[in-house]
Amino acid sequence: MSTDLNTLRQLAHLARLEFDERNEQKMLGDLNEILNWVEQLRELDTTQVEPLVHLSRELNVLREDTPRNTVSHAEGLLNAPRKDSDYFRVPKVLE
Amino acid sequence: MDENIKSKYQPVIGLEVHAQLLTRSKMYSADENEYGALPNSNLSVITLGHPGTLPRINRTAVEYAIKMGLATNCQITRDNLFARKNYFYPDLPKGYQITQDKTPLCTKGHVEIRLADGTVKPIGITRIHMEEDAGKSMHLAGETETLVDLNRAGVPLIEIVSEPDIRNADEAYAYLTEIKKLVQYLDICDGNMEEGSLRCDANISVMLRGAEKFGTKVEVKNMNSFRNVQRAIEHEIERQIALLEAGEEVISQTRGFDAATGTTQAQRTKETMNDYRYFPEPDLPPVIVDDAWLHRVQAELPALPQQLYARFTGELGLSDYDASVLTAEKDIALFFDELTRLTPGSAKAAANWMQGPVKSFLNERAYTMSEFPLTAQHLADIIGLIDAGKVNHSVASKQLFPHLLDNPSQSASEAAEQLGLLQQADSGELEGLIQQVLDANPAKVAEYRAGKKSLTGMFMGELMKLTKGKADPKLANQLLRDKLEQA
Repeated sequence: MSTDLNTLRQLAHLARLEFDERNEQKMLGDLNEILNWVEQLRELDTTQVEPLVHLSRELNVLREDTPRNTVSHAEGLLNAPRKDSDYFRVPKVLE
Repeated sequence: MDENIKSKYQPVIGLEVHAQLLTRSKMYSADENEYGALPNSNLSVITLGHPGTLPRINRTAVEYAIKMGLATNCQITRDNLFARKNYFYPDLPKGYQITQDKTPLCTKGHVEIRLADGTVKPIGITRIHMEEDAGKSMHLAGETETLVDLNRAGVPLIEIVSEPDIRNADEAYAYLTEIKKLVQYLDICDGNMEEGSLRCDANISVMLRGAEKFGTKVEVKNMNSFRNVQRAIEHEIERQIALLEAGEEVISQTRGFDAATGTTQAQRTKETMNDYRYFPEPDLPPVIVDDAWLHRVQAELPALPQQLYARFTGELGLSDYDASVLTAEKDIALFFDELTRLTPGSAKAAANWMQGPVKSFLNERAYTMSEFPLTAQHLADIIGLIDAGKVNHSVASKQLFPHLLDNPSQSASEAAEQLGLLQQADSGELEGLIQQVLDANPAKVAEYRAGKKSLTGMFMGELMKLTKGKADPKLANQLLRDKLEQA
C-alpha cells in the first residue's frame, strides 16, 4: 500500500503540520514505508476476529455525578499565551 | 412562490437535535455543569486538554441518555464504545470531541406527532448518542481576537437524529415540540432553545412528487428558536425549488440561517470539508448496559406525555384539544393528573378550572405552574364544594378562588365558611325567603299564574338578592316553581 503527494498534503493540513516543500518526497517515502510495514498485518486472516479496541479488560469505569472544580479560574488561564481577566484570547476565528 | 410550482415538489427533512443534559458535573470530568457561571471558572485538567489526563464517564449522563431512548421507543445498545472525532478549533482544547460513532446508545426508535388535522404520524429516530459540548467562542464586533470560555466544554450532550420522515415545516415544529416535551418530562434537559440547551440542525432536500430518489440534501444550522426552524425550512424549500425550476442543481453544502433576513447563506466550503477521522477512544473502557441496569433506569421513568394524553382522553373522556393543552407542559399535566385523582367523576370540571381560572391567574402574573400557590387538594375541594351544591360556580371562581390564592394556608371549606359563601342549602330556610319574595310581589305572582312563566327569572333574581347569591340555584329554582304552582 502506498499513498500520493495529495494525500500527504491533506494529512498535513488536517494535523496542522507544516514542512519544507523540498522535503515532501522524503516525507512521502517515509510515510509509505510505515504503511508498508503495517501492511504486513494483511497477511493474516482476521475475518473471524473481533476488532480489538481496548487492551485492558475493564468495563463500566464510571464516575458518580458529583461536581468539583479542580482548576481555579486563575490557574486555568495561567499558561495561556493570550488572555484577559475573563477569557482565553485566540486569533480571530470566523464563524 | 407559486403554489402550483411548489406543489410539484416533495420536501424531505431530517432533524438533528442536540440536548444539553442537566447533570451536575460534566460528561467526562467532575467540573461543574452550570449555565451562567463566571467565564472559565468550571475547569479541570481534562477540560483544558492537558496531556496525560484521563476522562471518566458520568454515570448519570448515561442514564439520562438511556431514559431518552426508552421514551422514544428505541433499542438500547448493550455494548457501547466511545470514539474520537478529530478537528481543531479553539473551543475544543483536546483537538477532538469524545462522542459515539459505530455504537450509538439508542437506535431505531420513533416519536409520534399530531398533525393539524388530528392524525398521528410516527417520525423515526435513527439514533441517539452521547457526546460532549464544546466551549463558547465569542467574536465581538471591533475585537481583533476571539474570546474563548471553556465552562461549556465537556458538558454532556445527547444528539437525537431523526429519519428523513418529516415532510414540511409544520411537522418539523411538531416533532421539535415533542422532543422538548420529552426531555422536560424526563427532567434531563431544560429544553431552552434560546439559551442553547436544545439546538437543532435540519437536513433538507426536495424531489418531484412521486420520485423515489431523494434530492441533494443541504444542512441548515444556526436556528435558535422553534419559529426560526420553521422559517429556515420554509425558505430553504423554496430556494431549492427555485434552483431546480431554473434548471440548476442543488449543491450539497452547509448553510447558516440568518434570522434577520429569514434566508440561508452558504458557509465557507473549507469549513464543511471536514474529515473527522473517527477512531475508537482508547481512554474510555466500554460501557455495558446489562439487564439489571436497564430495568433500574426503566423503573425511574416518570409518566410520559403520551401516557398522560392516553389517560386524559381515555379514562377521563376529555377531548383531544383538552388533552393536548393539558399535557403541553409537564408541571400542568402532573398537577391536573393529581387533581383528577382527587375529584373522580369531575374530570371535565377539573379541566375547565385548569384552562380557565388557573390559566388566567398564571398569565396575569407571568407565572409558571411551579409558582402556583395552591395545591391540587385546594382545587379538588373547591370542585367538591360546587358539586355538593355548597358554593355556586360563579362565587367559587370570583370570590373563593382569589381569596385562596392570597391565603393558601387555608383550606377551601375554611375560606368559604369565613367569607360566608356557603349556600343556604337548607330548604326550610329557603322556603321562608321564597314566601317573602312572593308576598312582596303579589301582582307578578298573579301574572305568572295567569301563564307568564318567563317571570321565574325575575323571582329568582329577587331571591338571590335576599340570599346574597348564596342560594343553591337548582334547589331554589325547584322550590320556587313548587310554590308558584301551588295556587
